[in-house]
Amino acid sequence: MTRPPLFLRIDDVSVTFDGFRALDHLSLAIDQGELRCIIGPNGAGKTTLMDVITGKTRPDSGTVQLVADTCDLTELAEHEVVRHGVGRKFQRPTVFQGHSVIENLELAVHGSKSVWRALFVRLDAEQRRTIDEVLDRIGLADRAHDEAGTLSHGQKQWLEIGMLLAQRPKLLLVDEPVAGMTHQETERTAALLQSLAGDHTVVVVEHDMDFVRSIAQKVTVLHEGRVLAEGSMAAIQADPRVVEVYLGA
Amino acid sequence: MSTDPSPTTAPRGRYVLHTKTGWMVFAATATIALVVVPLLNRLPSESSVLHVPDFAVPLLGKFLCYAIVALALDLVWGYAGILSLGHGVFFTLGGYAMGMHLMRVSAGEGVYRSELPDFMVFLDWKELPWYWRGFQSLPFALAMALFVPGALAFVFGYFAFRSRIKGVYLSIITQALTYAFSLLFFRNATGFGGNNGLTDFKRLAGFSLQDPNTKLGLYVASGVALAASYLLCRFVVAGRVGKVLTAVRDAEPKARFSGYDTVRYKLFAWTMSAVLCGVAGALYTPQVGIINPSEMAPSSSIEMVLWVAVGGRGTLVGAIVGAFAVSGAKSWLTASLPSAWLYCLGALFIVVTLVLPRGLAGLPDAARKLRATFERRRRTGAKVDARASEGVASETREERA
Repeated sequence: MTRPPLFLRIDDVSVTFDGFRALDHLSLAIDQGELRCIIGPNGAGKTTLMDVITGKTRPDSGTVQLVADTCDLTELAEHEVVRHGVGRKFQRPTVFQGHSVIENLELAVHGSKSVWRALFVRLDAEQRRTIDEVLDRIGLADRAHDEAGTLSHGQKQWLEIGMLLAQRPKLLLVDEPVAGMTHQETERTAALLQSLAGDHTVVVVEHDMDFVRSIAQKVTVLHEGRVLAEGSMAAIQADPRVVEVYLGA
Repeated sequence: MSTDPSPTTAPRGRYVLHTKTGWMVFAATATIALVVVPLLNRLPSESSVLHVPDFAVPLLGKFLCYAIVALALDLVWGYAGILSLGHGVFFTLGGYAMGMHLMRVSAGEGVYRSELPDFMVFLDWKELPWYWRGFQSLPFALAMALFVPGALAFVFGYFAFRSRIKGVYLSIITQALTYAFSLLFFRNATGFGGNNGLTDFKRLAGFSLQDPNTKLGLYVASGVALAASYLLCRFVVAGRVGKVLTAVRDAEPKARFSGYDTVRYKLFAWTMSAVLCGVAGALYTPQVGIINPSEMAPSSSIEMVLWVAVGGRGTLVGAIVGAFAVSGAKSWLTASLPSAWLYCLGALFIVVTLVLPRGLAGLPDAARKLRATFERRRRTGAKVDARASEGVASETREERA
């Protein structure tokens, strides 16, 4: 089996907050179409890593590169990173509460996001098709015209994933997708994420070990801002250092 | 995944400005303001009850200008979530641009019969400062009435939004902005008439400002400007830009991560809002006959916010209604019970915040809800009564048995 091409390269990234080293010369490589899980105890730097990739936090040093684009994401603003095909789902579900489900997707859908265009823009046929496909995929077609604020917690999580899909990103960053979900919702989310890998490159940060076990191809363990271990779930669970800092606790 | 998505779930390709009823209400209101009121001013005899007296025309015209400001404020506050406590500065700058033109065309007719405005003669200035040049041309003055507030808003907004200053911090800075400008304009040396501002205007475009017909013309112009501003704002908020603005208001980081440069969207709404205020100011000055720095005082800007709060934010219509209701009440109260106005203003603010968070525009909804609650209570109450009487009946039956 040939190895898929490299997709994202994080090289020697450090972030310090008031003397606290959130990321410490961290390097990480992710392949095209991979579904990667990132785990680690609280404060390991998981969310900071997401912030760095998406342009929310500027690192003190290091580069984040989309290999195909050869651009350094750390030099871009958030909305520019999005335009390079990186989509992010936050830990807490954040949807536009006052807008309907379909308007949420409309706001997220791929296409020009400039203010002058937006004055006169209408959805084209392709965008409408994308929205319909996404609605189907996240199972919210019957709630399309309801206000997003009225959705259940799990539905909001899916809507947010749907908004990501509507952007047509190449890379999906998903922060704790199953926090607060019921068992059934968790299973559906696992299936959804697995179906996305391949076409997309997916990076999931998660605390729920059962969930990670159910979806993971490859797991990276972060600890104190560094990569502690990397490999299959079985290998990770057997690693004594990992057991010590995380699993055993 | 379906390959043939049903078209019913797709959002419609076009946005709707108004429903049919909405357009009818708009047309009716515009007709009353632009046709009926002027006719009632011109046609009936002065003793008739239907007559709109001459003094009321510029007063109503002033309210129309206020309504444009309220619209502009609603655009940034109601939709984009930017609470400005300094919109008075944009309004007043528009007013000054027009005031400067009016001073220039009245040159030679002042108390001192000088080519310079009276206050400059009084200060013993020999020639016109450079920034007064060009204002004898009406088109130039009108362009400046739009450009100066717009440019100030653009520069201020660019730095504020880029630094991600939000919420109460932004409100305080806008308040400081208008206060700083009022201090600047209060100074005689600034060259805008200091404390007294600009006044003693004679004519506009050749028409005497004392002539009731000119006043009526300005009133109609204000009405047209309000209608146009309303449609423009409606166009912006009904389309994608409006949706992005509300998205920014509700969850700005998420909007950024959806690919929107939120700074540009905010800057667009903010600058457009300031330009509308400039239009309102330019129409306000000739109708009121004076423009001075007190319009830039922080309290004036806060009163503007109150118009929108009372009318109901994020509806546009509410802003217009609020501007008329509050400034109407002010005109009436300051004439009949001058000492009571400030108390009424304070009380109004409290009542709106506590009881009517969505303002007058929220009243129909609130009333509907209240009625629904009463209905439900009455129905369940009736059921309880019925059950109670049934219970009594069955008990008596049991007793009998």
